[in-house]
Amino acid sequence: MIALPTRRDEAWRYADLAALEALWPLPAPAAIMVPAGDTLSRAIASKGGVTQIELTLGKGASAAIHLLNGVGDYGRIELDVRLYEGADFTLDAVQLASGEQTMEIVTTVRHLEPNAKSRQTMRAIASVKGTVSYLGKVAVARGAQGTDSVQDVKSMLLDRTATANAKPELEIYADDVQCAHGATVGELDAGALFYLASRGLPPANAKKLMLQAFVAGVFDGAQDDETLTSAALAKLGEMV
Amino acid sequence: MLQINNLHATVADKPILKGLSLTINPGEIHAIMGPNGAGKSTLAYTLGGRPGYEVTGGEVTFYPRHCEEGQIHSGPTRQSSAEQGDSGLLRSARNDENGMDLLDMDPHERAASGLFLGFQYPVEIPGISNVQFLREALNAQRKERGEEPLSGGDFLKLAKEKAALLKMDMEMLKRPVNVGFSGGEKKRNEMVQMGILDPRLAILDETDSGLDIDALKVVGEGINAIMRTPEKAVLLITHYQRLLDYVQPDFVHILADGRIVKTGGPELAKQLEAEGYDAIMEAA
Repeated sequence: MIALPTRRDEAWRYADLAALEALWPLPAPAAIMVPAGDTLSRAIASKGGVTQIELTLGKGASAAIHLLNGVGDYGRIELDVRLYEGADFTLDAVQLASGEQTMEIVTTVRHLEPNAKSRQTMRAIASVKGTVSYLGKVAVARGAQGTDSVQDVKSMLLDRTATANAKPELEIYADDVQCAHGATVGELDAGALFYLASRGLPPANAKKLMLQAFVAGVFDGAQDDETLTSAALAKLGEMV
Repeated sequence: MLQINNLHATVADKPILKGLSLTINPGEIHAIMGPNGAGKSTLAYTLGGRPGYEVTGGEVTFYPRHCEEGQIHSGPTRQSSAEQGDSGLLRSARNDENGMDLLDMDPHERAASGLFLGFQYPVEIPGISNVQFLREALNAQRKERGEEPLSGGDFLKLAKEKAALLKMDMEMLKRPVNVGFSGGEKKRNEMVQMGILDPRLAILDETDSGLDIDALKVVGEGINAIMRTPEKAVLLITHYQRLLDYVQPDFVHILADGRIVKTGGPELAKQLEAEGYDAIMEAA
């Protein structure tokens, strides 16, 4: 893509185009190939800007990617994933947007051959005028029978002025597939907050504890789980 | 300890408490009984400061700290500690040189000043372990009071001791708050929390509901062990006489239509059990 995208382009609809202009043109995406039977584990804490990754999983290969997106005015992580027969792809991500930050994760997971598996778990929190977006397309090719894919997307809004977008998208050309998708957008439970406050936790501590619980587990088993977790917690502390 | 004067409160604009007055002195255990819809839980939530429970009239004064001699109208003020910071708790403490205006305090400040609210339906909070939550809560209270935080080791020791008192498995304390707990386990957990937080005044909203006979005895004995001292007090909200067999009240009040309509000793609860609310309220 040479010209700067516009909002008419669905994949850039919620992007911060002003911030993007300064980054344009983008360098070529990073290409990662996991050969047949191999395993990859990668943790990425975005420092802002646009990160584009093309990931290919050969026959029977598996990859576990953990993402934290919460730094800079605009942070976008794009993953274009190709799965060959029996490949296993797991993506666990946390997005945190405060102030006027825009954070987005855009995935395309292509099940090109039979019996590949993909699991995407997204947890996003937005406060003030922050925006968190997930655009996730799962494309099942003709003949990719036995595809098993899940998109589990949960977003939390801390202020009525914050925004969360969630768009799981399925394009299926095979008939024996499982493609589950769920998306929720909510706010912190007032009853639970009162319960915590009644035990002596000030509102900010109570909120932080609940948000911690909301994202808990996402970084379990990550290559660098403590770094990701402590970075996420530090950011949560600023958001409440 | 607590003085409620002509309290009026609404929930969703509907008047529920309609001029409730009640005085609780240190060392006393009060039971409030009453038919469904009388306003018992509303009283508990209003005293706890739950959002949505709006006070439309009356005063509630809380004397948490200097009631050791049972003199609620004299004693030292919290002025000295008030100079350490300007938190809401201490700010409110200046409102009245003897007591604190409870209604002016946030829920966490009420807790830090020594109020404990035992929930009728304790909330489940997935992802947060009991011990983590309680340690944070206790240390937040201690910080608010200008005390040093408790170390992890000291906290665990305290938690173990209180769990044993309530015959609760320590493993349960490591699980997420109330998640997957039975009704009885949740109530027991409330009492373990009360033991750890060590309040001056406990308001226990139907702590006996959902308990089997053995658990009722354990919980009753727990309340006695934790709260029955000359400087503490308890307000028990209950439907049944049975809990009162274990936790002997000094006063029994009948709450009806947002007011206390009758006050007596333990015999009133027994009379209620035998005759029902209608008979007693007609007589009142």
